[in-house]
Amino acid sequence: MSTIDPGAPILDTRERVTARKVSAAEMARAALDRAQALQKTLNAFVDLFPDQAMEQARAVDARIARGEPVGALAGVPVAIKDNMSLAYGRTTCCSRILENYRAPYTATAVQKLIDAGAIIVGKTTMDEFAMGSSGEHSCFGPTRNPWDLSRVPGGSSSGSTAAVAAGIVPASLGSDTGGSIRQPAGLCGIYGLKPTYGLVSRYGLVAFASSLDQIGPLTRTVDDLAAMLSVIMGHDDMDSTSATAHVDAMRDLHTPVDGLTLGVPRQARSTANTPGVAAALEAGIKTFRDLGARIIDIDLPHIDHGIAAYYIIAPAEASSNLARFDGVRYGRRAQLGPGEDLMALYCKSRSEGFGPEVQRRIMLGTHVLSSGYFDAYYLTALKVRRLIKNDYDAAFKQGCHAILMPSSPSPAFTLGSKTSDPLAMYLEDVYTVGVNLAGLPGLTMPGGFEKVTDNGRAAELPVGLQLVGPALGENTLLRIAAMFADRTTWHTRRPAI
Amino acid sequence: MSTPPTNTPAALSIEAVRKVAKLARLSPTPEKAQRYQGQLSSILTYIDRLRSLDLKGVEPMASPLDATSNLGADRPGPTLPTSVLMDMAPQKHEPFIRVPKVLGDGGGA
Repeated sequence: MSTIDPGAPILDTRERVTARKVSAAEMARAALDRAQALQKTLNAFVDLFPDQAMEQARAVDARIARGEPVGALAGVPVAIKDNMSLAYGRTTCCSRILENYRAPYTATAVQKLIDAGAIIVGKTTMDEFAMGSSGEHSCFGPTRNPWDLSRVPGGSSSGSTAAVAAGIVPASLGSDTGGSIRQPAGLCGIYGLKPTYGLVSRYGLVAFASSLDQIGPLTRTVDDLAAMLSVIMGHDDMDSTSATAHVDAMRDLHTPVDGLTLGVPRQARSTANTPGVAAALEAGIKTFRDLGARIIDIDLPHIDHGIAAYYIIAPAEASSNLARFDGVRYGRRAQLGPGEDLMALYCKSRSEGFGPEVQRRIMLGTHVLSSGYFDAYYLTALKVRRLIKNDYDAAFKQGCHAILMPSSPSPAFTLGSKTSDPLAMYLEDVYTVGVNLAGLPGLTMPGGFEKVTDNGRAAELPVGLQLVGPALGENTLLRIAAMFADRTTWHTRRPAI
Repeated sequence: MSTPPTNTPAALSIEAVRKVAKLARLSPTPEKAQRYQGQLSSILTYIDRLRSLDLKGVEPMASPLDATSNLGADRPGPTLPTSVLMDMAPQKHEPFIRVPKVLGDGGGA
């Protein structure tokens, strides 16, 4: 058995690689081996890239051997969600319509990882086009939760989350449109960060809902989360929504926030929370009180309307973004019968290529944008979005450094238990979608465990707590998460896999 | 300012599902259309709760960015070679992408 831990923290690996105690090639090999060994069990990867990964690793080793400087992620194996373009291999979004699509360029965030010396082990499974909260809506089959293989890891960044939780890699990239980083991070007991809208370039990220999408990191430690964010963020001329502002993610990471004030929304103490989630929230509040924090009650009166507004805005944008997949220029094209026309080409290619959840959302989005319904649905949702943003602004005006709430109302559910009822699946996102609508940063951290029994099967499952900050407040969120990690041990527990 | 039409039922008829599918360039089987009808109706019924809010004078928010988008400099630069993009086309007749007849019989409109 290999003694190399491919999931070791980023700073440790970088230090060992640069000190030549371990080679980047050995790190890459160990990560590829573990990914391969767990593939049948977890289905975390769409494709592994052994050749390119070893090549990237050898390049890092060669630089070190020559005494040349190396990047912040030198020799660190990482995984990326399969909706990020990479100039080699496939970029499928786990959709039949892109099953054989090969992107001609690399996404900015991914290129930044490569430039920093990271080794791209592979592309991870996801809900098709990032639409889903369970990892089950993938044309390559569901991803499984490393803590209990009968359960979902959450979604849509299901493979990126499972790969980190299972120690295949210390860090991965996910994307978060309504909670797709933060919800699975909670369900798999790891850290996940959705940055402020615009902080990380979306160039090369296959668009789902452009005013909501953000790329962000998933890791097992706060330090690694900050290290990943430092590498991937930054202005990009190739993304017109890219922010010019800067965040110093690593600054004073282990210095407690002076006079910390946290707001707890009245609405987060919901009866919809499972007992374990409710207990984790109260325990989290107590931990912060013990740390000297001031806890204040706040009101997010429109939190329940967030889901409704989100499921108008996100499908509306998706119906427009996904119109490009028409079987003409790239992607899957259906076989036509004699005499079938261009309309048939569009309809057949799309009906064969998109899975049911994607088709549902495209139709929902088309409906809410269609003549006669636009004002009633889309315009109304945009106004509610403003109210949601105002609620968060008001909370921060009360003096909160961050808002503390669960990342989802329940721990991981069993595979198949919510697939027949889309609305039940959507309600999974109640604590996360508002953060995307308002464009704010949100961080999930391990916050406890819940003992559950389903069908006579007992399991102990991770529970996530979420910190939400004002725009560009990432450094403060990371420092608060570091304070919490110093007082708790939830983040040190590992699944027996 | 417009108000939501009060006579719009949240539930979708099967004809409405067919119409929206066509607009979305999808052709669900009758069985699937029926399933979508039920699922979309329940989602739209849920969404209807937004109508209880007083939204008078609220400014719509289309993006978290209050500022306008950053426009790139208007100067020539490298682009992807045509050959790379042509290689992705599912059917072609170089230097064209092959599609069914657009005008006349069998037009796509």
